[in-house]
Amino acid sequence: MTEPLLRVEGLHAGYGAVPVLRDVGLSVAARTITAVLGANGAGKTTLLRTLSGLLAPTAGRIVFDGADLRGVRVERLVHRGLAHVPEGRGVVAELTVDENLRLGGLWRRDRADARRALDEVYHLFEPLARRRQHAGHQLSGGERQMLALGRALVARPRLLLLDEPSLGLAPRVTAQIMALLQRLRDDTGLTVLLVEQNVRSALSVADQGVVMSLGRVAAATTATRLRDDEHLRHAYLGF
Amino acid sequence: MERFLFLTLDGLSTGAVYAAFALALVLIWRAARLVNFAQGAMAVATAYVGYAVVAATGSYWLGLAAAVLAGLLLGALVERVLMRFVGHANPLGDVIVALGLVLLIQAVLGMVFGNEYRPAAAPFDTDGLTVGGITAISPYDLWVFAAVAVVVVLLALLFTRTPIGLRMRASAFAPEVSRLLGVDVNRMLTVGWALAAAVGALAGMLVIPTGLGLHPHAMDLVFVIAFTAAVVGGLDSPVGAVIGGLLVGLILSYVTGYLGPDTTPLAVLALLLAVLLVRPGGLFSGVRARQV
Repeated sequence: MTEPLLRVEGLHAGYGAVPVLRDVGLSVAARTITAVLGANGAGKTTLLRTLSGLLAPTAGRIVFDGADLRGVRVERLVHRGLAHVPEGRGVVAELTVDENLRLGGLWRRDRADARRALDEVYHLFEPLARRRQHAGHQLSGGERQMLALGRALVARPRLLLLDEPSLGLAPRVTAQIMALLQRLRDDTGLTVLLVEQNVRSALSVADQGVVMSLGRVAAATTATRLRDDEHLRHAYLGF
Repeated sequence: MERFLFLTLDGLSTGAVYAAFALALVLIWRAARLVNFAQGAMAVATAYVGYAVVAATGSYWLGLAAAVLAGLLLGALVERVLMRFVGHANPLGDVIVALGLVLLIQAVLGMVFGNEYRPAAAPFDTDGLTVGGITAISPYDLWVFAAVAVVVVLLALLFTRTPIGLRMRASAFAPEVSRLLGVDVNRMLTVGWALAAAVGALAGMLVIPTGLGLHPHAMDLVFVIAFTAAVVGGLDSPVGAVIGGLLVGLILSYVTGYLGPDTTPLAVLALLLAVLLVRPGGLFSGVRARQV
């Protein structure tokens, strides 16, 4: 058994005196897509925010690529290969498409490769290439999601934390984004931790599934089992 | 007609200084979402440094450079040791701390340099040139225009053409997202304060020789007027600050010229009130982004 890319042990976190995550443990193998599922308020977004350092854990360990992330500042995580696309997409509405994308690669020393990565994103998302000079607030929901995703890819991350990419998108656009995640996993070896309300579309691309309930991990198994196990589905996923 | 022309040019010249000072306020507003009420006092402090260097070296230009450098340092210092630690839950906190800083700076300046007015020499003639029998713009006015124009252009280039400018804008609009993208938002805040205080220092050096004289309270009224200019233009908009500054300079020049200097403070207040009633966001405030 090889060391997983991300290992979380006994993680507790919350807002002020309100605990949200209780003793969360999970591991994500490299080159896989792991879907984090669960009802509203189960702690999925809090989990991602804690993983990327926006929220300090009250206890527990986060080990990424063999190194403990405790004390690592948020703005340094991207240097280590961790990218977080927050809920609501986080496109900077006042900046143009091009500026948003360039922002994603500014930290990189290898300027030539940062430019290459930028070109690749434009190639990957045709609509963005046509709207380079448009401001973020002029984009449609789907375009914003492409922009947020593309901006994360400019950093050439190894682990992508993706929070509700399907939120507010048409089913067809959601399907495109899910297919793209699969392709990135297969072609570039990207590892994805995907938080989704849209259980069916998440499980359609995921290798593993983690079900959260009231801040705890209720079940962690393969996506196939989650899809097929009627009991699990009824208990936590509601279909 | 001749008087109108004179008042217009005079108004634009003082307006250029208000524009620079308003720009400094906008820089900090955009970076930190607070109005730096200590900006006038900070600018005076840097002007004292500038004129100390002028007195020591005999060179206005060395003094100007020293003042701007002192502005950079003072701005960074104020952010790093003071404003960073003010909680932002209540916006009044920032105001109270800034006002405390004003008292501190003015008291220290009074103790070190004395509370009397000191003459501050201008590098160029401040008397208007007479062209065809009409007394118009002075060489000093031209220098003020040029200096403010250069600063405005340099700032515009910095913000739109350089990586650090992109980082600063992103940090101001979306601090959390910027951090996730590897931007050191705290450092950008320090840079923003340093830049703003340097622009404020330049504005102080430009306005103090025009009859104000060097005094711990020299910039008090200038601050109020520049604040009005920034609000008129929209606190969010650098372009608005420049246009607001010129506009307020013109209006005050006409009011002072035709109605007398006693009405100037009243005119500032009336203008502020009018803009806040008609367009509370300012004349040039950006379109609010669609919330999704």
